[in-house]
Amino acid sequence: MAANGENPANGRPIEDGFIRIRNVTKCFGDFTAVDDVSLDIGKGELFSILGGSGCGKSTLLRMLAGFEVPTAGSIEIDGQDVTALPPYERPVNMMFQSYALFPHMTVEKNIAYGLVKDGAAKSVIAARVDEMLSLVQLGDFRKRKPAQLSGGQRQRVALARALIKKPKVLLLDEPLAALDKKLREHTQFELTGIQYETGITFVVVTHDQEEAMTLSNRIAVMNKGRFHQVGTPKEVYEFPQSRFVAEFIGTINTFKGRVTAVEEERVVVACEAAGCDLVALGRHLLGVGDEVEIAVRPEKIFVSKEEPPDDGGVRLQGVVDDLGYLGNRSLYRVKLPGGKVVQVSSQNRRRSVTRFLEWQDRVWITWQPLSAVVLVD
Amino acid sequence: MKKSGRFSLTMLAFGYAFLYVPLVLVVVYSFNDSRIATIWGGFSTRWYGELLRNDQVLDAAWLSLRIAATSATLATILGTMAGLALARFGRFRGRTLFSGMITSPMVMPEVITGLSLLLLFVSLQQLTGWPGQRGFSTITIAHTTFSMAYVAVIVRSRLAAMDESLEEAAMDLGGRPLRVVFDITLPLIAPAMTAGWLLAFTLSLDDLVIASFVSGPGSSTLPMYIFSKVKLGVSPDINALATLIIAFVSVGVLAAWLATRRRA
Repeated sequence: MAANGENPANGRPIEDGFIRIRNVTKCFGDFTAVDDVSLDIGKGELFSILGGSGCGKSTLLRMLAGFEVPTAGSIEIDGQDVTALPPYERPVNMMFQSYALFPHMTVEKNIAYGLVKDGAAKSVIAARVDEMLSLVQLGDFRKRKPAQLSGGQRQRVALARALIKKPKVLLLDEPLAALDKKLREHTQFELTGIQYETGITFVVVTHDQEEAMTLSNRIAVMNKGRFHQVGTPKEVYEFPQSRFVAEFIGTINTFKGRVTAVEEERVVVACEAAGCDLVALGRHLLGVGDEVEIAVRPEKIFVSKEEPPDDGGVRLQGVVDDLGYLGNRSLYRVKLPGGKVVQVSSQNRRRSVTRFLEWQDRVWITWQPLSAVVLVD
Repeated sequence: MKKSGRFSLTMLAFGYAFLYVPLVLVVVYSFNDSRIATIWGGFSTRWYGELLRNDQVLDAAWLSLRIAATSATLATILGTMAGLALARFGRFRGRTLFSGMITSPMVMPEVITGLSLLLLFVSLQQLTGWPGQRGFSTITIAHTTFSMAYVAVIVRSRLAAMDESLEEAAMDLGGRPLRVVFDITLPLIAPAMTAGWLLAFTLSLDDLVIASFVSGPGSSTLPMYIFSKVKLGVSPDINALATLIIAFVSVGVLAAWLATRRRA
């Protein structure tokens, strides 16, 4: 059920350019919050905009909702230019981070508000409200006020209220940030389920990379008002195009070095910190002598006490500097002779009470060239 | 430990005595049979009877109540509009100036407010012929002027504490800006508006200085009447009047407390 990169829009074909953001810039005084951004989002996609605080993601979302007008550029939704339309005339609804439930209205009245403002017939409103209440499983709470609900219930009321008008696009501002961890995991699946059922295009803004990975078909990683990379969760995680993306999503080990040879699909990089040449698959146009970084995810590195066979991969020797047991996996910090510390994550496949490695153990770490990425900037 | 407990109890007793002994004295002496207000001559309710037969007092009280109700209502409407403008309509040109100026009637000495309003009314009369006679309308306008500042401050602070995304959510769902004000903003700031109205009402009922400046012949508010009577010596029926006002205020405060407690 969970949407992921292998299954765009849950199997439905993505209709391209449902939302077209063209060269949008937003300045507040001297500060440029969003800097010449262009993006296409397909119909039925669950799209995430991921970035740290102050990266401009919320401003972009508010421009989609109509609360901010772009300084330059245009926004089109389903072929209609909405750049200058006020929020109450857009085919877009938003779920706010604070949920923004009207405290003086019951759950029922909150959910009905959008249709009431559209002047829908009473019978239509009643039917739609019932439909929404059963979608979010809050039938028993219809007469309650928001103050009498739990955090998770409030979140579902906010979702129902934003969905009742069947918007072309639903905007979600940090939809799970206010929930505790267990509830968050449950709600993630619920959200993707509802998205699948309704077929509405979701645009999620979040600072939580895990949330973005599990929810979305595609992710745009944003920093300082610009997109660094747009792609499926897998592309963004496995093939980060910049140092920022590599470090923002998950943890990664990086080795600075200079290109010594460029082969057909591989580059050889001389790296002082590693004490040897590193080999990686190059996806960039590199020349000999270029300064680059080789990046490897901790879970792509194997650690062993015995010397591994030379199978063309990278083999380094080091000492276990620190280790941490997390239950499902263990983390090791391996110090190389040059002083560089490499993080390694390994699955605890076998059950054992004794440690497989101890502090100060001499170990080998290895990875395949396929697992390493070359970062240019 | 015990000593400090006794000490704070004593201080508390002194504090409350300071606040309430004068009021209790007024209430006690209002039931005094003697014609001289400061000598006890036995229990009686005769001054209450005399008060009710005194048309001057009743007229003054009625005028004060009418002025207080009207000016409080006008001040609430104007003050709410000013509070909304200050808290919600972004950083418009001159907002800081406007925001400073709205509070100036609160810090301005009443004598100056009264004097300037009197000058305004006099020159208005010379230019336009209105107000022909100073009285109910001029006092009401004067009271509205200074009490709307209090309402504006209360409403603005309530709005500042309110999540702005509530109004955005309503607009996002299709509410036009004016509709949103009536659907969302006003119901949520209603408690602040009520508090503002009550404060404006009390301020108006209480005011002596400004009313003295802008009133005309034959239009004395209750505080003006009491003050003019007391200048000629304290008469016992004033004690009775004061007791009635204390009772009126106490009931009002109690009712407001009960109402807010039930809502919470």
